[in-house]
Amino acid sequence: MRRMDRWRTIDIVIAAIIAVTFGVIFWAWNILWGATGGAFAFFPPAQTLLYGVWLIPAVLGGLIIRKPGAALFTEAVAATISALLGAQWGAVVIPQGLVQGLGAELAFAILLYRSWRLPAALLAGLLTGLSAAVFDFFAWNAAYDLWDYRVPYALLTMVSSTIVAGAGSWLLVRALAPTGVLDRFGAGRERELV
Amino acid sequence: MSEVVLRGFGWRHAGRRAWAVREVDLRIAHGERVLLLGPSGAGKSTLLAALAGLLPDDSGESAGGAEIDGLEPRKAREHVGLLFQDPQTQLVMARSGDDVAFGPENRGVPGKDIWARVSDALDRVGFPYPITRPTSALSGGEAQRLALAGVLALRPGLLLLDEPTANLDPDGAALIRRALTQAVDRDTTMILVEHRVAEALPLVDRVIVLEPGGGVRADGPPAAIFAELGDQLAAEGVWVPGRPLPQHKAVLPPGASLVRAEHATFQHRLRPVSLEAHEASILAVTGPNGAGKSTLALLLGGLLRPTSGTIWAAPGGEPWTWRARDLASRIGSVFQDPEHQFITSRVRDELAGSRVDELLSRLRLSHLADANPYTLSGGEARRLSVATALARAPRLLILDEPTFGQDRRTWIELAALFASLRDEGHGIVAVTHDADFVSSLSDRTFVLSRGRA
Amino acid sequence: MITPLASDARATAPLARRNPVAKLAAALIFALPLVSTLDPLTPALGLAIELALLPLFGVRYGELARRAWPLLLAAGGILVTMVLFAADRTGTVLVDAGPIEITTGVLLGALGLVLRVFAVALPGIIVFATTDPTDLADALVQNAKAPPRFAIGALAAFRLLPLLGLQWQALTLARRARGLDAGRNPVAKLRLFASTAFALLVGALRRGGRLATAMDARGFDAGTPRTYARRQIFRPADWTLVAGAALLSAAALAASVVTGMFRPVIG
Repeated sequence: MRRMDRWRTIDIVIAAIIAVTFGVIFWAWNILWGATGGAFAFFPPAQTLLYGVWLIPAVLGGLIIRKPGAALFTEAVAATISALLGAQWGAVVIPQGLVQGLGAELAFAILLYRSWRLPAALLAGLLTGLSAAVFDFFAWNAAYDLWDYRVPYALLTMVSSTIVAGAGSWLLVRALAPTGVLDRFGAGRERELV
Repeated sequence: MSEVVLRGFGWRHAGRRAWAVREVDLRIAHGERVLLLGPSGAGKSTLLAALAGLLPDDSGESAGGAEIDGLEPRKAREHVGLLFQDPQTQLVMARSGDDVAFGPENRGVPGKDIWARVSDALDRVGFPYPITRPTSALSGGEAQRLALAGVLALRPGLLLLDEPTANLDPDGAALIRRALTQAVDRDTTMILVEHRVAEALPLVDRVIVLEPGGGVRADGPPAAIFAELGDQLAAEGVWVPGRPLPQHKAVLPPGASLVRAEHATFQHRLRPVSLEAHEASILAVTGPNGAGKSTLALLLGGLLRPTSGTIWAAPGGEPWTWRARDLASRIGSVFQDPEHQFITSRVRDELAGSRVDELLSRLRLSHLADANPYTLSGGEARRLSVATALARAPRLLILDEPTFGQDRRTWIELAALFASLRDEGHGIVAVTHDADFVSSLSDRTFVLSRGRA
Repeated sequence: MITPLASDARATAPLARRNPVAKLAAALIFALPLVSTLDPLTPALGLAIELALLPLFGVRYGELARRAWPLLLAAGGILVTMVLFAADRTGTVLVDAGPIEITTGVLLGALGLVLRVFAVALPGIIVFATTDPTDLADALVQNAKAPPRFAIGALAAFRLLPLLGLQWQALTLARRARGLDAGRNPVAKLRLFASTAFALLVGALRRGGRLATAMDARGFDAGTPRTYARRQIFRPADWTLVAGAALLSAAALAASVVTGMFRPVIG
């Protein structure tokens, strides 16, 4: 095993903190948009637009930690936390989170954990969206019409995930690096000496 | 049982041009208690982290050598304990006893022996609650006492303390000093970093002063060090005892009323309060923890709606009903944590739309105009947060613990700034624990007492 | 304010006391097979079993309703989506208004899906309502062989959750103090939200870095095998719980297969 593959404590804690922080952000989102959230729930296709936001932890965790398993671990913790906080979906969010995290993990693995640039982020967003879409395609959407609903839903999920989770996470890392909080990570070291 | 030897020791963090510590030669004998001093940026915290074996190779570059009991620090970690500033980021577990057990678990202490160690460590720091007490229910001082117990449970021969009271109010700080006096025996070597010297002196028998550029400036018994270097250290920001602070009382009588609270309460956090603040005057609000000082600041700042009673503010109206834009041009609020107020990625952009350059130079931030606000030091971040509150030229400023945790030099600068704002006619309300702020600056003091609405 | 679920007067309830890993495994083993079919009978049986066992977990029906009510929104969404997009439009036509065509088949399908959402979600809600996060992490490490550094690291981060909730409130107030509010403009509202979320993330990552250093200072990365101050034991009763969950779930599915109502999601 390459030495860089060993997880430092800060890798573990930061991955988990990303998950916890997004737990708080989703909580705040529900308070702010409670009413519209209801409307989204009543028309599930619209939810796909927001789907990408739920998938940010997987891609962001991978881009910051840069270690095998980071995307998977971050999304798994995020899912467990939403279950611990009493998310109404119960324990099923845990396998669902694992499936979603696997998508992003696969993208970074295809690139041999060597590329962390925009294309890698977009691929991770796309694949985590794909895995989320496949899970929903069978688990939740099986009773709906294939071409009018299931296929468009899956495609919209992937588009949203590529843009929001993929490009969005990449932009987040770019914005976080100058604040100094990523100094102990490769993602933060690419700025100039100060 | 620990002895520390440094030979030409230095460390440079990855991504930095300058060395954090450099050319340090020291020998600290078993059982000594050392106060480590130096201006901000002299590398005191880096030195402690190095001794605790917390600077991995991939995080920077080292020079010279460091030894604890003849071992390099990373191999001597079982002998060393380190207590940090902020209790909130040191506690790991949800229950107090579990948190103290965390260290012994990591070190592989057999499960059956751990609880005896836990209760021993909790006794040594005088922890008053049962081990099931949730860590989230502890006050700052109590939480820091628990963190100290967590360090002592590892039975370190070398105890390192990195500004252990800097995040605590005076009561909490006193609690920690008492716990340290009680808990540190003659078999423990101790190195304390602390810029409030008067409070540290009873705990130490030797003072070492680091030179910012590298090396050791002075080393010896406290009385000799402060007789020789006291004035210089004070000028560099160390709180050396017996050095008076400048007095800034108002020379003009107070002007028109700017804000008035009448029997204002907020939920159960604040009992009914009536007070008034005026132009050209500084009002200090003091009181114990839990009296609702920060809540009162938010009410006066128009950020919360009172549960009962009223808040009136100039030019007329209830400030919580105002649009944010109007509010910011009438009342400026400065939060305890400066970072809460940053909304851009450049210091200059934080002040956009106002007299940027004038404000930057007045607050000595001009050289940082293009820096990211999150990279500023504590004192710089505080000055920027005051600048953001002044950006829309409000008449009234509400400050929450404006001088908290600052070194002496920054403190003096901030005091001069607040005094000059007051003398230009601004009204200032400051919620504070800081007795020096009250005696140097405030024109009136309002004491908030604890109690429920 | 957000707080982790508390476990109050349930310490004595026979199933709430079971090993957290056993409870979690039972919830998943019971719930996941229910996902495999679209008929209304299987989830109806599953729900009946769940509600019957609820008292053994020491959870009151009112409390379960309080935790599960957001599922009603999802149920409404399912109904709307089924009316618009149902694949199966057999049965008697009840309403026919242009694109909206409601048949008995559509309503039966919607009923199945709504029951399924509840039946799949409740086991997890019940288990997490009766499980302390520390106990869960301990059991994951000691009984499920989860890597201890990852389980304990996640637990330590979880402890910061209430603190981050308070930070969010302070950040929101500080933005108003800076003269920023969105009024009713949704785009401005979204931008303000994103700026607050970013500030929260910066503060959280900084805290995380400090927490990691403090944990290392207490030997978290020492490399010596960790010992356990708290013991989690997997007893025969825990095996029984897991086996019982598998049996009951299989029974519900078997009933639907035998009655010919089983409708697999694949195929």
